[in-house]
Amino acid sequence: MAKTIEGLYYSETHEWVKVEGNEALIGITDYAQHALGNIVYVDMPDEDDQVTKDEDFGAVESVKAASDLISPLTGVVVARNEVLEDESGLLNSDPYGNWIIRVKMDDPSELDSMMDAAAYEAFCARA
Amino acid sequence: MEAPLKTTCLHDRHVALGAQMTPFGGFDMPMQYTGIVEEHNAVRHRCGMFDVSHMGEILVTGPQAEEYVGHVFTNDVRGIPDGKILYGMMLYPDGGTVDDLLVYKCSDSEWLLVVNASNIAKDFEWARKNAEGFDVEVTDVSDAFGEIALQGPEAEKKVLEVLGVDLKDLVFYTFVSIPAPTAAGGVEAQPAEVAAEGADAAGRGKSPVCGAAASGEMMIVSRTGYTGEDGFEFYGSPAVIRRLWDMLAASGVTPCSLGCRDTLRFEVGLPLYGHELSAEISPIEAGLGMFVKMDKPEFIGRDAVLRQKTEGVRRKIVGIELKDKAVPRAGYPVEAGGVQVGEVTTGYQSISTGRSVCMAMVDIAHAALGTEVSVRIRRRTFDGTVCRKRFYDKNYKK
Repeated sequence: MAKTIEGLYYSETHEWVKVEGNEALIGITDYAQHALGNIVYVDMPDEDDQVTKDEDFGAVESVKAASDLISPLTGVVVARNEVLEDESGLLNSDPYGNWIIRVKMDDPSELDSMMDAAAYEAFCARA
Repeated sequence: MEAPLKTTCLHDRHVALGAQMTPFGGFDMPMQYTGIVEEHNAVRHRCGMFDVSHMGEILVTGPQAEEYVGHVFTNDVRGIPDGKILYGMMLYPDGGTVDDLLVYKCSDSEWLLVVNASNIAKDFEWARKNAEGFDVEVTDVSDAFGEIALQGPEAEKKVLEVLGVDLKDLVFYTFVSIPAPTAAGGVEAQPAEVAAEGADAAGRGKSPVCGAAASGEMMIVSRTGYTGEDGFEFYGSPAVIRRLWDMLAASGVTPCSLGCRDTLRFEVGLPLYGHELSAEISPIEAGLGMFVKMDKPEFIGRDAVLRQKTEGVRRKIVGIELKDKAVPRAGYPVEAGGVQVGEVTTGYQSISTGRSVCMAMVDIAHAALGTEVSVRIRRRTFDGTVCRKRFYDKNYKK
């Protein structure tokens, strides 16, 4: 059973969001890292890039395949997690401890369409 | 509607191991067991076993077998000894590749062609069509054989430990027949009911070597593989191959998937049909000209290859190394000065070296070693340099 963390928001495309004021940290879930296998590269947007809800903002690459990262929120990238440039495997070993981008949210109400931990667990169980 | 997927004689083993299964060449095959990286490293440093029963086997028998094989195959089989194996291709008259394959010479009148799973039907039709005028019989015996590849530096030791057979004197690209393992372990004659399986399919009378292997009495074992490491490939009846798999598994050999078979072959620059070779890609373009013997007076595709060799080719498979860690993958465009000059055929972040590398088909003007090119990956382009396509050195025992 893939792990979840209480207090985070979850998307159907297996990203998590942690809200800090009007900013949000976005990462991938334990379920996602497990399905992908060994992650060898993270393609991240640059600072000041715009991200849009339901559109891809980068990709995580495993040995075998590239998988798009889908933004659950609209906003502007205020930081990218540079540590992942050399240590993308951290997304496997600690998916909730390693965010990918920090976004200044345009519209926090977009969070309303996301799942909480219990709903996401149920969603994964059906998958 | 698509044809249902076929299964190999080891399918239940893969499912029991919890493998991620995927369609490959018309078969339901394991894409990974525990993880591609772990499996890959097992083969590079210890040994691993692959179910390669999906590979096709075409049996050629008859008094004109050598002439016939020489007609359809690019390598030179004239006068090679029994027990010798050659790698090469079957070509279309225009130089495009029907398939790349191994040819096993059992005797002057008995030859086995080992072909890619995805091409079995096409190859068999091609082989049979071009047998006209030769006194040979061409038979698809794919279903009579299972096959296991045991690969890695410890493979020879494992065979001795598990089968009690010492293969230290088996030379690279040669094969022998050895008695098939019995249920009790060791290598003795098979009970009659096992011997019956597959016996007719390989026609024992005309093909004593392949017939004995298909019957469950013997196995064919060759010092070959597709990983760049030392190792062996075993051909036997489905029952025998299941038994061999279980014996190897019990002795701690790591089951290895098609996922790592691809990362392993890629690192040492070996081609995969459909990527570096195809009906549109000749062996010359793929950089495999050494397996096309122009001193042979005749074989299908010779005129086209001769033209390519004398006039030169317009494009070529090369290696490319990226400066960044981004992963170039099959189908991504290769660019120079903002213009597309080629396409990636296979690419990975190489497990053994950590380098982001790919093989790519590029215009000949951009094929020289050291040429600066870039690969478009999603929205960005990543700078790279044309390099040798052997990204990791082979470790064969020759």
